[in-house]
Amino acid sequence: MNKSKNTYYFKKMNLRTKTLLIISLTALILIAIVINSFFIEASSLTTNFPMRNMPPSFEHIFGTDWMGRDMFTRTLKGLGLSIQVGAFASIVSTIIAVILTFVSRLNKYLDSFVNWLIDLFASIPHLLVIILVSISLGGGLFGVIIAVGVSHWTSLTRVLRAEIKQINTFEYIALSKSFGKSNLWITGKHFLPLVLTQIILGTILIFPHAIMHEASVTFLGFGLSPHEPAIGIILSESMKYLATGAWWLAFFPGLSLLLIILIFDLIGDNLRKLLDPTKAHE
Amino acid sequence: MSEELLKVSNISISFIQYGSGLKQNILDVISDLTLDISQGEIVAVLGSSGSGKSLLAHGILGILPSNANLSGTMHYRGEPLNQNLKEKLRGDEIALIPQSVKFLDPLMKISEQAIGDCTEEEKEEKKAIQREVFEKYGLSKEVDDMYPFQLSGGMARRVLVSTALLSNPKLVIADEPTPGLDERSIKETLNHLRQMANDNVGVLLITHDINAALEVADKIAIFYAGYVIEIANSSDFTGDGEKLIHPYTKALYHALPQNDFKLTEGHQPLHDELLKYCPYFERCEHPTDICHETIPKLIDIGDKKIRCNRANEFKTGEF
Amino acid sequence: MILKGENISFKYPSSDNYLIKDLNISLKSSEIKGLVGDSGSGKSTLCKILAGFKKSEGEVIIDGVKKTKKNIFNPVQLIFQHPELTMNPKWKMKDVLKESWDVDHDLIKEFGIQESWLNRWPNELSGGELQRFAVLRALSPKTKFLICDEITTMLDAVTQVQIWELVTKIAKERNIGLLVVSHDKDLVKRICDDVIYLEEINNN
Repeated sequence: MNKSKNTYYFKKMNLRTKTLLIISLTALILIAIVINSFFIEASSLTTNFPMRNMPPSFEHIFGTDWMGRDMFTRTLKGLGLSIQVGAFASIVSTIIAVILTFVSRLNKYLDSFVNWLIDLFASIPHLLVIILVSISLGGGLFGVIIAVGVSHWTSLTRVLRAEIKQINTFEYIALSKSFGKSNLWITGKHFLPLVLTQIILGTILIFPHAIMHEASVTFLGFGLSPHEPAIGIILSESMKYLATGAWWLAFFPGLSLLLIILIFDLIGDNLRKLLDPTKAHE
Repeated sequence: MSEELLKVSNISISFIQYGSGLKQNILDVISDLTLDISQGEIVAVLGSSGSGKSLLAHGILGILPSNANLSGTMHYRGEPLNQNLKEKLRGDEIALIPQSVKFLDPLMKISEQAIGDCTEEEKEEKKAIQREVFEKYGLSKEVDDMYPFQLSGGMARRVLVSTALLSNPKLVIADEPTPGLDERSIKETLNHLRQMANDNVGVLLITHDINAALEVADKIAIFYAGYVIEIANSSDFTGDGEKLIHPYTKALYHALPQNDFKLTEGHQPLHDELLKYCPYFERCEHPTDICHETIPKLIDIGDKKIRCNRANEFKTGEF
Repeated sequence: MILKGENISFKYPSSDNYLIKDLNISLKSSEIKGLVGDSGSGKSTLCKILAGFKKSEGEVIIDGVKKTKKNIFNPVQLIFQHPELTMNPKWKMKDVLKESWDVDHDLIKEFGIQESWLNRWPNELSGGELQRFAVLRALSPKTKFLICDEITTMLDAVTQVQIWELVTKIAKERNIGLLVVSHDKDLVKRICDDVIYLEEINNN
């Protein structure tokens, strides 16, 4: 029985390694897109009328639009913008969710209030809230980010609030009080580490929704202003040319947006695999 | 002549767990376990809570989680007990009495979940058997239509016991059946186990409660750091404990409040500690060099099994 | 000092029957008192009431004073049956210990706690080891009364003796009043000066 029980690496990659690999690869793609979009100068998007409405070719793999601009460059720029808007909006949502969750912990009236607020926001269609808030803030980048942010915190708040309620029944919370610890101390030291994974996961899962909704309101004309190179703008402009057979104007940008959203979903799912205790050891 | 039902030989159960970062560790929960159960016999596996002894039950039933690894051999009535056979036998010839009423479906009537999934034709017959067994354990007809939350603690216990017996099993595994029960219910539960054994059923009682084990079991296997260190007859736990051999078993016996409440220093090795020598070495009063070199094997001494290099000396009471 | 529970009554909001009714109990400093009762008889509830974890009818009084202040160390400390539930799984053991008081090294050693355990997570230690931590954590110099609710029920007999030796020794040294709550009559008789039965003092 002198079996080696030492820690050892598996010859085959274990789930955690695979998951981490997927996450880092996909994250790399996203970061590459964002960084790339920063370096796209206005000069590369200048009009070039001799080259207008060209179908996809090796020179312009996504084709060109009615002003001869390269659609690939435009799409890339648009995606970069989408991801940025998505990131800011998710962070705004998460901040709102975390603040409301810990406010709900203070007393039962505030808890009822937060619950009521969740029900209120969840009962209005997202798109409607976004349009209303975006318009009232004067539209533009700032308006869209805040609008998407204030409409996406409900589900995360619900999850966190339920989690907090459960943790509240644990004996170590009661004990902490009997050691004379303040509510604030308990919140920071006991609750926060326990819900941190939920917060991270929640933020990432808001991302695809935020991007989709940003593109939707922009497409409808209530979001980013028409001179921004957003995917929503590209798509709504392409509507005019679809009838003339310029399918590539909508197809490639739309597909790229879908891919980005799938990538976020993939990251979310894989992170969940890492953080979910029931699957953690496979 | 009572037939040997289950023979477990050199079973080890380990887990793969992530350590820090990407490292995966192997965690041995049960090491080199050998045990057999015959018809009409109650064998208790005694270990502190959280020592992983419940995994033995899961291993026998073939319901270990996917990151667990089982090595060694098991035989059921002489036949090798592989996963196929486990799946065929469980809920039939091998039955489990789970820890608590939480294992029942809260939204299903008692009799329906006791009978389980069956065709319309079988239902009548199964219902009759269920009624008969329930009656035997003092469960009236009203219980059939109750939901789990309506049962009192004692009733729930009887439902679990009688449900396990519906398939007329030859081997029953009772996993921690006593915690959280009042004295009367514990007595009742143990009586049920005794009753089963009298009906020639083999019982594997997994427990942390030494008093329960002593009261009802024929043999007691004592767990220490994942190793069975002694399989003693429960009749050995008597007098001054002179019939017990392993120093830990003796310490355990003398530590009981109804005996001497005697203090023994030290602690069990942590469950992720790597053991290269006798698990009791650190605490043993009479270790030798060999004890620090290898893990002793479980050897037969008379009708008992001991894992100790100096078992014979301990047995003759040289120390 | 004396800890008194006067006319304590408790029922669950969903139930009509009182689990505990007009119960009176007292515990003096350096007294070791046993409380025996079956599981489900309200033992744990009574423990939580005495330690101020649960609200009830009647009063819990320490030296004639009702405890009302928040955010101060509770002189009545409670130790539970399942130590793993009393520790935040995201904390290392040294932080678990430190939450209550700055435990000195001699005492850590005396409790049979290895230095290396302090850097472990709760799920890496077994119930016996965790309960040592839980006991030590409760034994702050500010603790005047200690309520032990079935604290060794899930442990093996050898560890049970070790834990009780320590608890009773320190309780005597520091004049702590000890309430030993258990279903095990033999155990209570071993440890306690005086034994009371819950069914005799509970008027439900």
